Amino acid sequence: MEKQEYKACMHMGKRIQRAVCLGVLLAMAFLSLGPVVFLMGGSLMGSNEMEECIRPVLRGGDGYAVWKLFPMYPTLKHLVEVFFDSPEFFQMFWNSMKITAGTLLGQLLVGMPSAWGLAHYSFPGKKAVYMLYIVLMMMPFQVTMLSEYLVLDMLGIMDTLWAVILPGVFSTFSVFIMYRFFSGIPDAIIEAARCDGAGEFQIFWRMGIPLGSSGIISAMVLQFLECWNLIEQPVTFLKTKSLWPLSLYLPQISMEKAGFALCASMVTLLPALLVFLAGSDYLEQGITAAAIKE
Amino acid sequence: MGWKKYTGWLFLLPGFLGVSVFYLIPFLDVVRRSFTQAVGGKFVGLANYQMIFGNQAFLMAAKNTLRFAAVCLPLLLVISLGIAVLLQKLEAWSGFLKGAYLIPLAIPAASVVLLWKLLFDGRGILNGILTAAGQSGIDWMNTGASFGVLVFSYIWKNLGYDVVLWIAGLSMVPKQVYEAARVDGAGEWRCFFYITLPGIRPAAFTIVVISFLNSFKVFREAYLVAGNYPQDDIYLLQHLFQNWFRELSVDKMASGAVTMAAVIFFLVCLLQKSWDQK
Repeated sequence: MEKQEYKACMHMGKRIQRAVCLGVLLAMAFLSLGPVVFLMGGSLMGSNEMEECIRPVLRGGDGYAVWKLFPMYPTLKHLVEVFFDSPEFFQMFWNSMKITAGTLLGQLLVGMPSAWGLAHYSFPGKKAVYMLYIVLMMMPFQVTMLSEYLVLDMLGIMDTLWAVILPGVFSTFSVFIMYRFFSGIPDAIIEAARCDGAGEFQIFWRMGIPLGSSGIISAMVLQFLECWNLIEQPVTFLKTKSLWPLSLYLPQISMEKAGFALCASMVTLLPALLVFLAGSDYLEQGITAAAIKE
Repeated sequence: MGWKKYTGWLFLLPGFLGVSVFYLIPFLDVVRRSFTQAVGGKFVGLANYQMIFGNQAFLMAAKNTLRFAAVCLPLLLVISLGIAVLLQKLEAWSGFLKGAYLIPLAIPAASVVLLWKLLFDGRGILNGILTAAGQSGIDWMNTGASFGVLVFSYIWKNLGYDVVLWIAGLSMVPKQVYEAARVDGAGEWRCFFYITLPGIRPAAFTIVVISFLNSFKVFREAYLVAGNYPQDDIYLLQHLFQNWFRELSVDKMASGAVTMAAVIFFLVCLLQKSWDQK
């Protein structure tokens, strides 16, 4: 009898432990998600309500800013303003799109074959190239900033979108991720295709790309999020404001137009959020592949 | 027959040419410049290096960058490992939770700038909560507290990334070992200290290096919220390089870049070695 009670007690303790753990984990998750909830609420809030909430930050004086998760009088006014009434936002949105699309397409074009070459051929100098790619992948922008500038200046493309796109195309990070996935394709099936008379390019095109597709998508998802959030490169290489991407434009909107700014922030977040939701499995695979050798 | 061993190069060539033109060759030029005078190009030996190591701004920025890494890396690693271990025990919620922790990775820095400003202003939301709880408010962005804001931003952004990495690391520890230990009567904590910790050592080193390199990106939040010259405690090497660039101090930038590259190259070599060991 006593033993049974003890067991029940243990069981109870375990359940409480579990509940506490879950509580902590959920609280952390809420902290991570908080900004998204904040942006959603904020982008639907009218100017007056917003003004009331953040007046202490705007005008000083007594009291502190407060926040409401959900606006009392939701309105689409700011959303309409962002979409139809601010040519600036539109311009920057397209700049961001061009930078991201250009970089990703370029990476597919030159990065995929590079990764395939590294994964399935042995050739003189391979080890050195592999090491070089890893080292470059790890370098923060500050290390390559001056070198990139010297080339871009020489090519005469400073202060054009190409100055941001071209160095991005040759980023070795996506090559490395694709390389990891391509390496997982067994040599035996490639050898078999070769015996059947398939050319080298045919093998890459018909087998490598389909079999390595999850790696390719992983690299693209990670790079999309990176490009959409680009700050250092445009700030350094683009002087003309009309060329700036959204990531530089948003912080320029004054606090006076907080409602509009929040709405613009939300619209900026949307493409990234969509890519994230559609590709979260690939994102995880990509993160793991870049760091941990299985 | 002899050319056949160069087939791999054909695939690699377009990409490698680009890498050479945009990164490799100009970096060699930067190495050369780091030993010469900015104007005139006379060879000056190590003078440029002596100059940056005697430069107050450089020393301060380097100190801040290292201090930032020293504070936020242990914090991030411990928190994310804790979450990863708990997530492994939890079946039902783990997918949703992992997704939630990863979301900050998708949120552009620019989208949260306004929120950060509203939160950490002297009259901001956070101080409002603090005063309501009977504490006095803190001037977050203009005192040493800005360092804390930066650490928070970094952990917020990278938590999911590291949780995913730890989960991958944890999954490499064989399940049978745990079962055997349980049969022998080992409790949760003993299992953690004697099986989990040694088991994830190989992954741990990689995760430390990756997290360190990711810490350079915290510049985005710092720059967007506080601009070119933030409060002294969060003036990082990244700010300094940006400011050198604006002044076009090629000599300082060259020697600074080479120094930084050397440090990171050293780290990557260690990393490579740990990969090869397995």
